[in-house]
Amino acid sequence: MTDLLTFTPNGIYCAAGDFYIDPWRPVDRALITHGHADHARPDMGHYLATEAAAPVMRHRLGDISLDTVKYGETLTRNGVSISYHPAGHVPGSAQIRLEHKGEVWVCSGDYKTVDDGLSEPFEPVPCHAFITESTFGLPVFNWTPQEMLAQQINDWWATNAANGTFSLLGCYALGKAQRLLRTVDPSIGPILTHGAIENTNQILRGQGIALPDTTLVTPDLDVKANAGALVLATPSALNSSWAGRFKPASTAFASGWMALRGVRRRRAADRGFIVSDHADWAGLNSAIAATGADRIFVTHGYTSVFSKWLNEQGYNAKIVETQFDGESLDHTEAD
Amino acid sequence: MKDFAALFTRVDQTTKTTVKVAAMADYFRTASDADKLWTVALFSGRRPKRVITTTALREWAAERAGLPLWLFEECYPIVGDLAETISLFLPPSEGHEDRPLSHWINELKRLSSLDDTARRAGILQAWDSLPQIERFLFTKLLTGGFRIGVSQKLMTRALARATDQDEAVLTHKLMGNWTPDTTTWAALIEADDPTADLSRPYPFYLAYGLENLDELGPTTNWFIDRKWDGIRGQLILRGGEHHLWSRGEELMTDRFPELAQLKDYLPDGTVIDGEILAFQNETPLSFNALQKRIGRKTVPKKVLAEAPVILMAYDLLETGGVDIRAQALETRRNHLENLLESTPTKAPIRLSPEVTGDTWGALAAERARSRDLNAEGLMLKRRDSPYLAGRKKGDWWKWKIDPLTVDAVMIYAQAGSGRRANLFTDFTFAVKNGNDLVPFTKAYSGLTDAEFRQITQWVKRNTQERFGPVRQVPAEHVFEIAFEGIQASPRHKSGIALRFPRMLRWRQDKPVDEINTLDDLQQMLKTYG
Repeated sequence: MTDLLTFTPNGIYCAAGDFYIDPWRPVDRALITHGHADHARPDMGHYLATEAAAPVMRHRLGDISLDTVKYGETLTRNGVSISYHPAGHVPGSAQIRLEHKGEVWVCSGDYKTVDDGLSEPFEPVPCHAFITESTFGLPVFNWTPQEMLAQQINDWWATNAANGTFSLLGCYALGKAQRLLRTVDPSIGPILTHGAIENTNQILRGQGIALPDTTLVTPDLDVKANAGALVLATPSALNSSWAGRFKPASTAFASGWMALRGVRRRRAADRGFIVSDHADWAGLNSAIAATGADRIFVTHGYTSVFSKWLNEQGYNAKIVETQFDGESLDHTEAD
Repeated sequence: MKDFAALFTRVDQTTKTTVKVAAMADYFRTASDADKLWTVALFSGRRPKRVITTTALREWAAERAGLPLWLFEECYPIVGDLAETISLFLPPSEGHEDRPLSHWINELKRLSSLDDTARRAGILQAWDSLPQIERFLFTKLLTGGFRIGVSQKLMTRALARATDQDEAVLTHKLMGNWTPDTTTWAALIEADDPTADLSRPYPFYLAYGLENLDELGPTTNWFIDRKWDGIRGQLILRGGEHHLWSRGEELMTDRFPELAQLKDYLPDGTVIDGEILAFQNETPLSFNALQKRIGRKTVPKKVLAEAPVILMAYDLLETGGVDIRAQALETRRNHLENLLESTPTKAPIRLSPEVTGDTWGALAAERARSRDLNAEGLMLKRRDSPYLAGRKKGDWWKWKIDPLTVDAVMIYAQAGSGRRANLFTDFTFAVKNGNDLVPFTKAYSGLTDAEFRQITQWVKRNTQERFGPVRQVPAEHVFEIAFEGIQASPRHKSGIALRFPRMLRWRQDKPVDEINTLDDLQQMLKTYG
């Protein structure tokens, strides 16, 4: 019997249903796990995504042919049952479950197991074969619990605000930024945003996700009147002249990579908050165990180490080469 | 060590030196003398002796975490710091132990006297009982080099502020071979006379690379001599003894035993700054000759005969037991000339000759002769400059010759450590030999962070094979490699070894076909080796 999903130069392919999942080359039919640029690429003939992922995709990809699906709703194509289940990664993100002749495969895209207070929480989906990422698939990655994280960020901001110092926080435009917005205490001071982040804020507000008030940074913004503000920006903006107007400032990045001192020091940031929309070591292991799958396909990240580990744990794990980026500090997803 | 951990956290959570100095000064005002002394020792490179092998530490950490050792070994190059890897790899700490820094250092000493089983128990006990940051710092003490974002210079500045002393005086007090076991806070920091310790060197004055020749004014304002290609050394003659210090504050007295006879030719109470050179027939030998003597604690007769050394003297810091560093260079130089005037040729010391030229053009021509004289360029020193402590801008410049260069292709990449963790920064380069590529050097520096990030992305996507932490990559990217010297080396496949190789630039314009060949390198070896 051939596998339900195969890994082709175009992307992850389902021959029985004749469609791809998160393909990286233009194809006729694309099932999309979430709106990040390395998963939702332009020029597909037709897209299928969750309702909550659709507005961002439309914003980023323009006038596309897009159908939407509710979480848990089942569609059938050429005898393949298709359903989307929350991946907990960003709002609207999904694991895609396929069933064909009693064989169940789940392609998880990017996921995290902790509830971030923003995204639909991750749900384990039993399956025979599970496609997992491994962005942080090493035991040195252990995320700070959400409450402690909130306290760390709020303490940092409040201390800076008391000194009239700006708090510049670098984060992804989709998902991370809004998660942080819902984590911080807006009573500390004003919140300013970079254009890339504010665009996404508006889209998510438009689909009913509550976010605290934010002010877009424009050339005529009265910087002095906002002294002590929290400034949310993409990592690349934080290193550019755009950030130069906020003085004095304390800079920070919010990323899973901040678990490593060396990476944080290289970014020359004052603070690094360990927060990721990808699963940490414990999260990956618990998610995989919860699927009950014995075949595991390991995509982007520490693939060789993580698959070796899984094989030692008794899984049948294989590495799959993909063009997904995972979480990177060194190039921001396009927006 | 809660207070020490709090200091670490304050220093680690900022990139601003003013904040770091303030945090250190606060600590020096409040900590106990024993802890302060150890803190000064740690930040000036005097770490406690390593009592436990890193192999044992890795194994114990993996056992404690209940994870295989190979997984630990995979994490280490990604984290880039052994102590940090251990503290992240262990189960999250629930410890609350708060004992002083000096307690934990004594604990290390106690463990060193025990057998392996007891050491293991002691270390595991410490890991379990210490909170997360303290656990990291304790492990850092175990594993060596204690660098946590504060240079000795910043630490000294903070100490100066906290103790209300002059920074240069403190810098001087902290020189030499003291350890917290051989001195006390009162004797080291609070006592008034830094020369009470007869072996104590003066802080070296370090020059910056020349930035702009046009700003120097007339040549007559400058005293100019060769930038000798040896080892910087400070010779101290006091109390009938002699001591030879390296710039890195290492005592080199025993490595260069021939300099002991200088006691017979020079008066007591003399301190000379100069360059140790392999020297024969009144000519400096190449650095390669001196290299045979570096790293040797004792010197066999054969090596002594092959590479005899002298001190090429260029400055006088103390004469007649008096510190004359505040006097003008010209005055110090006159004293030095008088002192060396009567020393016979057989004495292993020479006066670094002045290089003269009426114009900067004439001096540039002198500089161009450097390689023939086994020198690295010229030193330009303002005639009225005092002898300062540390690297200071303005009065002293080094005007180095351009390095030798070859174009080579990158064939292997490895991740760096510390702030370069998880970034591919350590590359192996090859030149052509017929249709083959021959690896001939590694290089780690010279690219911008942005370039390293770019090449890292490429390495991740283009890895052909992995050998542990080393990635083999397609021979596509050409770099101009600069180096200061070349010598024959039977240990290397290419038969050559380079001195101070680094990447001068990434030649994205250059095809691999046009890189240099092994023949080119052998030709360079003939000319410059």
